[in-house]
Amino acid sequence: MAATATVASSPARLPFAGMVKEAAIFALVALALAFPLVGFNILDKGAGSELQTRFPQMFYGVGVLFVGKLAMSLIDAGHARAIAAVSGALALAWFLAALVGVTGTQYQAIAWLTWLVALSVAVRGWVVMRRARGTAAQARDVGAMVNRLALYVGPAFVAVAVAIPFYAYVIDDKRLVDLGILIFTYIMLGWGLNVVVGLAGLLDLGYVAFYAVGAYSYAIISINFGLNFWETLPIAGAMAATFGVLLGFPVLRLRGDYLAIVTLGFGEIIRIILLNWNELSNGPKGIDNIPRPSFFGLQFGSAAPKGTVSFHEFFNIDFSPMHRQIYLYYIIMFLALLTNWFTLRIRKLPIGRAWEALREDETACRALGINPTNTKLTAFAIGAMFGGFAGSFFATRQGFISPESFNFLESAIILSIVVLGGMGSQIGVVVASIVLIGGPEWFRDLEAYRMLAFGGLMVAIMIWRPQGLLAHREPTISLEPLARGKGS
Amino acid sequence: MAYFLQQLINGVTLGSMFGLIAIGYTMVYGIIGMVNFAHGDVFMIGGYITIITFLALGVLGVTWVPIALLTMLLIAMVFTALHGWAVERMAYRPLRNSGRLAPLISAIGMSIFLQNYVQLLQGARNKALGKPLVSGGMTLMEVEGFTVQLSYMQIVIIVLTVALMAGFTLLINATALGRNQRACEQDMRMARLLGVDVDRTIALTFVMGAALAAVAGMVWLLYYGIIDFYVGFLAGIKAFSAAVLGGIGSLPGAMLGGLLIGLIEVFWSAYFSAEYKDVAAFAILVLALVFRPTGLLGKPEVEKV
Repeated sequence: MAATATVASSPARLPFAGMVKEAAIFALVALALAFPLVGFNILDKGAGSELQTRFPQMFYGVGVLFVGKLAMSLIDAGHARAIAAVSGALALAWFLAALVGVTGTQYQAIAWLTWLVALSVAVRGWVVMRRARGTAAQARDVGAMVNRLALYVGPAFVAVAVAIPFYAYVIDDKRLVDLGILIFTYIMLGWGLNVVVGLAGLLDLGYVAFYAVGAYSYAIISINFGLNFWETLPIAGAMAATFGVLLGFPVLRLRGDYLAIVTLGFGEIIRIILLNWNELSNGPKGIDNIPRPSFFGLQFGSAAPKGTVSFHEFFNIDFSPMHRQIYLYYIIMFLALLTNWFTLRIRKLPIGRAWEALREDETACRALGINPTNTKLTAFAIGAMFGGFAGSFFATRQGFISPESFNFLESAIILSIVVLGGMGSQIGVVVASIVLIGGPEWFRDLEAYRMLAFGGLMVAIMIWRPQGLLAHREPTISLEPLARGKGS
Repeated sequence: MAYFLQQLINGVTLGSMFGLIAIGYTMVYGIIGMVNFAHGDVFMIGGYITIITFLALGVLGVTWVPIALLTMLLIAMVFTALHGWAVERMAYRPLRNSGRLAPLISAIGMSIFLQNYVQLLQGARNKALGKPLVSGGMTLMEVEGFTVQLSYMQIVIIVLTVALMAGFTLLINATALGRNQRACEQDMRMARLLGVDVDRTIALTFVMGAALAAVAGMVWLLYYGIIDFYVGFLAGIKAFSAAVLGGIGSLPGAMLGGLLIGLIEVFWSAYFSAEYKDVAAFAILVLALVFRPTGLLGKPEVEKV
């Protein structure tokens, strides 16, 4: 065991005094950063404001960071095991304390900070220990492993997803089905955006615009023309795709980050128009009473409108609001799996191959006679169409839509699901949706920190794995070795 | 005519603020080719630090306006610059060699993080200055009952912007730091070979951009008297549009673009509709990118194969 410790200490070893100095400088910078915004609190007072200090919290926080930094240095100096054990125990103890509800104080923020620092020190120590044993190399290609297992993981996931509503129905847990619907909505959006970002490599920061177009198309068409869900869905998808082409046509010549900003601008333009064009969208009040989907004409209400039969009457079972939720769950699951199936198939068509080629090297593609604008436009339109489908579903599920549901944050969340999952990875999107959307739902008391953690997580994952959690770029087609060719 | 002149003054004031923010975008884009998405939020932090300094000065009893202005300027610049430095160090430097997408995602994450960080620490509600620090103004002309006002605050903003721009141009053109920056912008690898400390130069670029954003945040707060944690998003996007319109990478271009965006926004609200003023700014951005991707004063980009 002593041998592992020495292997772990390969980075330059500082004397203890040096470590303290380094940590002190770190803490001083942190203090300077924290001084104005953490040290003072602006209180509203009448028309103006007044100041309140909170120096004890600030000094405590900086102290925690000092200890944490020192612990990190000690890990690098070969004390990984001891430090990881202590900080791991601390983090665990704190987590258990949180579970039984000890930390409901006004110092919640610094309690979280302490826990986070202890946790990251423990993780770092664990990583260093693993690296010392030489197991890190295997872990690195988890993306390739998941790809190999995809044949089994996919069907297993679908089986679990199909089973969830039955389970929820038996234990009568409406929240579980709601959560499932939410996660599947984001999985579908993630898969739709994956066509644009993951396959074609076009950074779209305004994806929510197509989601909004789909939702509003659905709401307006179904209310004004009395069409049902399945009739309106393709129309809404086509509308969104048309918008994709209209928006994409002028801007797809632009390079990566310009494209990102322009799409962001379009997303905002759509939202502002929806906010102000009262005749079309009813402005900030939004559209209410959007028709809910029916099961082959059977309504889900507790009492069916005159002359029709409702779902529970037809099947002669007791009324339960969960019937509709479960039906919605299967609709979105079907739509999401359709998106996935479509993407997997189109990857094997010439157009899909052209997307991936374009992502890797646009100049080479042009030299080989691929029309970049048309190819990108197709990706944009198809991505938009799936966004529109998801938007229709959103409208029919909520029964109410307003422009505020379609702000930039929504785009950022969808994009981060794609990027964090690993661009181009279908399973990555599922994992990222469950983690990012499902995680915060289970930790309701974390509500205030949710978006903070969200932003921090985006930065952290980018630094840790710039290619995403489950990214695995392998050519979808490669030349067979000659010896194994058919002719031999 | 009088109405037009008044709108012109308002537009130049707003444009000065956009221009100050735009410089941060354009410098960072010029040197490392990334859109520093969190820059708008650094601007917002500048505003918050200013209001905290303002309130602290009130507690300490400093009331003489020039001293108060100068103190706020210095403190906001120093602490905001530190934030800019920290953002670069934590979120961008580790990603220097990992393509274009990763730093952009990291920057979006940083932007979300900073917004929620400030919201969590200072509360979600608007923060109001209460009484204005610089009030009053002069009447330029009076036509048919419409008076054209030039407030002292507007004079402060315009003078401050012009002075900072002059100082900044000098810094880029006549100091060793500016030379290093221009060298890194042209060819980072060659600059490194010739002994330029590239990391330090990039860090200082962020520091300078953040310091100018802090000034913009300060005058924004003093001009409108109110600030919230979300103000950086829209102002940042508009300033970025200004940088693109002026030609990204070009400092005079950023200032010119800022002025144009400010003028367009003000005139659009004055003559057409205030609801769609944000649409006007975005539409200009799209048009600029489609018809003149290099911007008004930008150099055409040579495509290397």
